[in-house]
Amino acid sequence: MQTAHPPKGTGPLQKREARLAWSLLLPTITIVSLVVILPLLAIFWISFKPIGLADLRPVVPVVREDLRNAGDPDQAVRYRIQNRSQDEPILNVEFTDIVPDAATLGELPEQCELSASQLTCTIGTLEPGERLTLMIPVTLDGDADALEDALEDDTEPRATGDADNILTNTEFTLENFTRIFDADEFVTVMWATIFYTVFGTVGALVVGLFAALLLNKSFRGQGVLRGLYLFPYVAPIIAVAFTWVNLFDPFSGSINALLIQMGVTNETINFFGQRPLALIMVTVFEIWRYFPLSFLFILARMQSIDTDMYEAADMDGASPFQKFWYLSLPMLLGILSVLFLLRFIWTFNKFDDIFLLTGGNAGTRTLTVNVYEQAFAISNIGAGAAVAVVIFGCLLMFSFFFFRFISREEGL
Amino acid sequence: MKLLRNGFVTGPIIGALWLFILATTVSVVMSFATGNAYRPTLFFSLILGGALSMGAIMPLARAPIVGVVMAVGLAIIGLVGGQVGAPIVTNQGAGLQAVVNGLLGFIFGYSTAMIFAGIPRGSLTRHEMEEAWIRFLTGFGYIFFTAIVLIPFYVMVMTSLKSQSALLQNPLDFSIELDKGWALFRSYHELFRDFNFGTYMWTSFYVSVLTVIITLAFSIPGAYAVARLQFRGRAAFSRSILLIYMVPMIVLALPIYIAFSITGLRNTIIGIVLIYPVTTIPVALYMLQGYFRGLPAEVEEAGLMDGLNRLQVIWKITLPLALPALASVSLYVFMIAWNEFLLAFMLLDDPSIFTLTRGVAMLNSSEIPREHLMAGAVIATIPVMVLFLGLEKFMTKGLTAGSVKG
Repeated sequence: MQTAHPPKGTGPLQKREARLAWSLLLPTITIVSLVVILPLLAIFWISFKPIGLADLRPVVPVVREDLRNAGDPDQAVRYRIQNRSQDEPILNVEFTDIVPDAATLGELPEQCELSASQLTCTIGTLEPGERLTLMIPVTLDGDADALEDALEDDTEPRATGDADNILTNTEFTLENFTRIFDADEFVTVMWATIFYTVFGTVGALVVGLFAALLLNKSFRGQGVLRGLYLFPYVAPIIAVAFTWVNLFDPFSGSINALLIQMGVTNETINFFGQRPLALIMVTVFEIWRYFPLSFLFILARMQSIDTDMYEAADMDGASPFQKFWYLSLPMLLGILSVLFLLRFIWTFNKFDDIFLLTGGNAGTRTLTVNVYEQAFAISNIGAGAAVAVVIFGCLLMFSFFFFRFISREEGL
Repeated sequence: MKLLRNGFVTGPIIGALWLFILATTVSVVMSFATGNAYRPTLFFSLILGGALSMGAIMPLARAPIVGVVMAVGLAIIGLVGGQVGAPIVTNQGAGLQAVVNGLLGFIFGYSTAMIFAGIPRGSLTRHEMEEAWIRFLTGFGYIFFTAIVLIPFYVMVMTSLKSQSALLQNPLDFSIELDKGWALFRSYHELFRDFNFGTYMWTSFYVSVLTVIITLAFSIPGAYAVARLQFRGRAAFSRSILLIYMVPMIVLALPIYIAFSITGLRNTIIGIVLIYPVTTIPVALYMLQGYFRGLPAEVEEAGLMDGLNRLQVIWKITLPLALPALASVSLYVFMIAWNEFLLAFMLLDDPSIFTLTRGVAMLNSSEIPREHLMAGAVIATIPVMVLFLGLEKFMTKGLTAGSVKG
């Protein structure tokens, strides 16, 4: 008798399902790899390149055409070709132009030749900053003004040439990395990053826990308060950051005026402009802006805790603090650790807040602000990319921990 | 701890702290409301608050009665106390000082009676002691959180209505000069007239809407596949979504800036619309797949049995069931796109195509008065706030589902 075996391997139905799944995922995978994976690879590439902001302009020959001495017997078409780069030569420079029918060119320079109405000139090598002028006599047949326009504007001359492109050549350097690690400021930057990340994360969690405890009971106006406490997180960063700068302004800021009036200080405090206060202030801002998030998550978890447990504890005579410490906190530990890891990573990644509040001055330059600072303020794209690579390395480390914990907590 | 169990210790400590907190709160509120000087006295408040709670008198009477008694008492103290002998002192005359202190007295009396309600004098059980502290901390918490949230927003709105010179003269004077009428909104008017804010708002709006549409178009199929279909590499895929979610924007912004500069996409709305959805697709995918998992698979299987294919199942069964989730995801994505600053700041230089956040950033210059900047901030904030308050339920849901992202 033949026994029935369960099918082995993947059956046609499963194959079809997998095919469908991949085709549904394909658009997402394509676009994400285009805009995330590719740039990440580019960052690694660039971080080993000596490249500045100015190098982004492609090195190409520029050619201009105009009509000189129009109407005179010695009227001529003038071509000016220039290499605008200050350090890269351009090889095999060549330009072409269409000559209008009504214009007849006279004697051609040796580099140029005319076939039909197309003028082709082969220039050769242009040294950095070199400019070259070619004058070609011309006779015009017809309305001079119209022809001048036809010559100068209607057909633009096109120039081509080969130049070494710093982005694609194989010149590599470690200078970017040595530069960012050697600099004295690297220690300051790391310190600011660690301080901001650790205290910002812990602070937001603790404050959020406190807020959640407050609202974890039903009373009239609970909904309103909950909405209100989310304001800092929902409002655009640009609005709240500038408001804080305004509020703490040493000259016209309300907080300074308030503090002086209440006799706390005698002179104004420059909250965002002096060390180490600025770093503390941006951390406080971070806590202020992101406590709503932890508050929301913790509150959601609290409301899902079974009340039976608390009733049992009441029967046993547990005091309120005991209930919090021995019942609520262990129940919340899961969400707290997930929140801690996520917020840690996100605070570490934060750029906008500090950039808008202090611009990275007064000892508040974190790694992410340093990327911008190196790439755009100092115009050294390579160094910026090197900092970005360092960030990415840290991130990989964090996400390793993250997945070890979160797979336990969330079953992902 | 033992000592705290005594009502004659806990009572005065809480009372002292509570009176000082309330005195500070009332002073700050009065200062912000009138622009005049109100100052809480630290030591006097502490001593007075302690003394008033010393006998743990509170349980003796009902809260309103205690409130009135305290109001009268503190009003008298305010009247005769001069510049040191009252919880709140002001330079606005003894009469006003009496009124303010009377108000403080009423709040203090009423709330202290509530804090000590049901708590006996003398020695306390652990329960009673903790109960009193919890009530005190709760009261403090409400004041604290409401203050830290409201003050910045209050200042933002009020600054936009004042002139810079008035603010420099007295940074605390936020009283609204109603007699100015419509001229109050001068800076808003100028923003829309001279700074193109109408266009910016429109740009921000349609960029955000396009971002929502594109994000949903990409993330719905992806999320469905991850949530429902069996295929190898599913776990790896859903992890890599989270991982991508964690790559900081500034790291990507640099190569994107370079690529856009070379391809000429920098400084175009198309470039922005191309890049925004990519920042939101992972979030949306993550949120949606969680929701799809929660839907009963049986309904979809019934559909499959009745002869629908997978795509029809998604279209006719899953999506209608997931409408609330789609609403919260859309709102959340809209909010991210509307609030986005970094990419707009790096990629847009041409004032004619600024988004709103980029436009506000432009106002941050020493030549443009502060009230314009704040007016710009208000304009950028109001639409999200309206959306948020109107659809709070969806929004909170969206936030809890997906806002692992900051």
